Amino acid sequence: MNKKLLAFPYIVWAAVFILIPLFMVAYYGLTDKNGSFTLANLASITTKEHLKALWLSVLLSLMSTLICLLLAYPLAMILAHMKVTKTSFIVLIFILPMWMNFLLRTLAWQTLLEKTGVLNNILHFFHLPALEIINTPYAIILGMVYNFLPFMVLPIYNSLIKIDPNVIHAARDLGANSVQTFLKITMPLSAPGMISGITMVFVPALTTFVISNLLGGSKILLIGNVIEQEFTQAGNWHLGSGLSLVLMLFIIFNMVITALFDLEGEGNAL
Amino acid sequence: MGRKLIDLVHISKSFGNNLVLDDMNLYIRENEFLTLLGPSGCGKTTTLRIIGGFETPDKGKVIFDSEEITNLAPNKRQLNTVFQKYALFTHMTIEENIAFGLKIKNKSKAYIHDKIKYALKLVNLEGFEKRMPDSLSGGQQQRIAIARAIVNEPKVLLLDEPLGALDLKLRQDMQYELIRLKNELGITFVYVTHDQEEALTMSDTIVVMNQGYIQQIGSPEDIYNEPENAFVADFIGDSNIFPAIMVRDKLVKILDTPFPCVDKGFGENKPVDAVIRPEDVTLTEPEAGILDGVVTHLIFKGVHYEMEVLANGFEWLVHSTKMYPVGTKVGLFVDPFNIQIMNKPESEDEEATVIDE
Repeated sequence: MNKKLLAFPYIVWAAVFILIPLFMVAYYGLTDKNGSFTLANLASITTKEHLKALWLSVLLSLMSTLICLLLAYPLAMILAHMKVTKTSFIVLIFILPMWMNFLLRTLAWQTLLEKTGVLNNILHFFHLPALEIINTPYAIILGMVYNFLPFMVLPIYNSLIKIDPNVIHAARDLGANSVQTFLKITMPLSAPGMISGITMVFVPALTTFVISNLLGGSKILLIGNVIEQEFTQAGNWHLGSGLSLVLMLFIIFNMVITALFDLEGEGNAL
Repeated sequence: MGRKLIDLVHISKSFGNNLVLDDMNLYIRENEFLTLLGPSGCGKTTTLRIIGGFETPDKGKVIFDSEEITNLAPNKRQLNTVFQKYALFTHMTIEENIAFGLKIKNKSKAYIHDKIKYALKLVNLEGFEKRMPDSLSGGQQQRIAIARAIVNEPKVLLLDEPLGALDLKLRQDMQYELIRLKNELGITFVYVTHDQEEALTMSDTIVVMNQGYIQQIGSPEDIYNEPENAFVADFIGDSNIFPAIMVRDKLVKILDTPFPCVDKGFGENKPVDAVIRPEDVTLTEPEAGILDGVVTHLIFKGVHYEMEVLANGFEWLVHSTKMYPVGTKVGLFVDPFNIQIMNKPESEDEEATVIDE
């Protein structure tokens, strides 16, 4: 009874800041300006402009997720094999940037990548060709990878250190070489970490509008930017909410697919 | 027993500043059940890991079947290991676990299928093919770990405290199971344990280790009846260890009382250690034994009574099926054959571990 009482503030919090806003998004998304029920807001995702933005968002966030996975896995393996004292230091270095404001970090990349920015000045000094990636999708991917990489490293690291070293030894003992051991034992056993890493990178990457605003200029519209503009510029809350709902359904659908895929690969539930 | 199969030659290994094995020499014969026995940190597991290929010795050579394998990777060695806490692949079924080594070796499906059936029958777990490791009890998991190792037909099976995580009853059952398996398979077992009873029950040869040094190698009977130093006497079973003087051949002075014994060749008036097992002390009427004492403690142990008898200032540990209440005056008699004389420890590792007086 007492314990339930302790949860009360959280329930209030969840109701005020999670449930009610969600309900309002659903309400706005499913009504028109006169307040009558409509599916038109949801259906507007099929317009050419919106589909293009969604497609670009999916493409860029998939690529960032893949790059994060490829960068994070080796790093997590190195961390997992290190002594604890060293590990905590490196994890600290890794997490340190996260203590700085997200916007600030992304703005810093803008300054670094600008046509006359820090990076290009350095390249120019060495008479190297200038880097022209600001305001291109590449800059957005860079921003996504930079910002979301820790969310990939930590879950993979956590799942790797849970593997009993003797399980790895057992595979070697039974004749597997190091590559076979990695593919058949280490990777499947770290799948839960990879799955949560992928979710934790893919979902924010898919919905971001800050990174694309700052590093992509105003020309590249991701689905996040489209929704943001509906709210801030067009003032059409109904359409913005409708698109948000579609995006939410899309993410839930993807997570279910991922979980099912994991079920097959792993043989047990997530 | 057959020829030498594994030969460890001048093996040394340290971790940082910690010397774990110092110039160790040991050979293991074909078809032998050899147990490495000792307290934790004695180097027994490191020895096993060096044979398995999971550690490389700093110095020395590992010879397997007359070929040097010191730096050979574990997957290239003709031996398999049963790990402490099973180390099963939790993401695979029992069937896939057992098939792992065979699939790596590209054996045919029919062959693998037969082998799985055979192995599961051998460990009495028929019908478990599709189960997941997590759904099995500790004892069952351990048997699967053994099955997974033996389907590969290794020449040697290495077992690293495989029964350590099981409860007493199951442990005893598994001991018999392991002996049966060894006899049916006819392969060499190298077994690591800190449990002296386990070692005595199963082994052909016991290697007693302490602080990185081999203390004694011998059959279970040798190790128990004729310990070579105080450490072995103390570690294997209960014992009374006395500082004594070897007066001359066949006569030893224990607690200033002369005892006839059967040992020879220690010289005259030489300080030695004498070991008398508690079950070898016979309690008699006062004055009827070699010296007299008073019973100070009495515990019922099931098979026998355990008593402490104060005689000549020493608490003798005595096991007897006959009960003498605390305070009884008794005589103590020891058959000369049951007194084991040992040289004084020459180094710290040969000393008895101080647990009780």
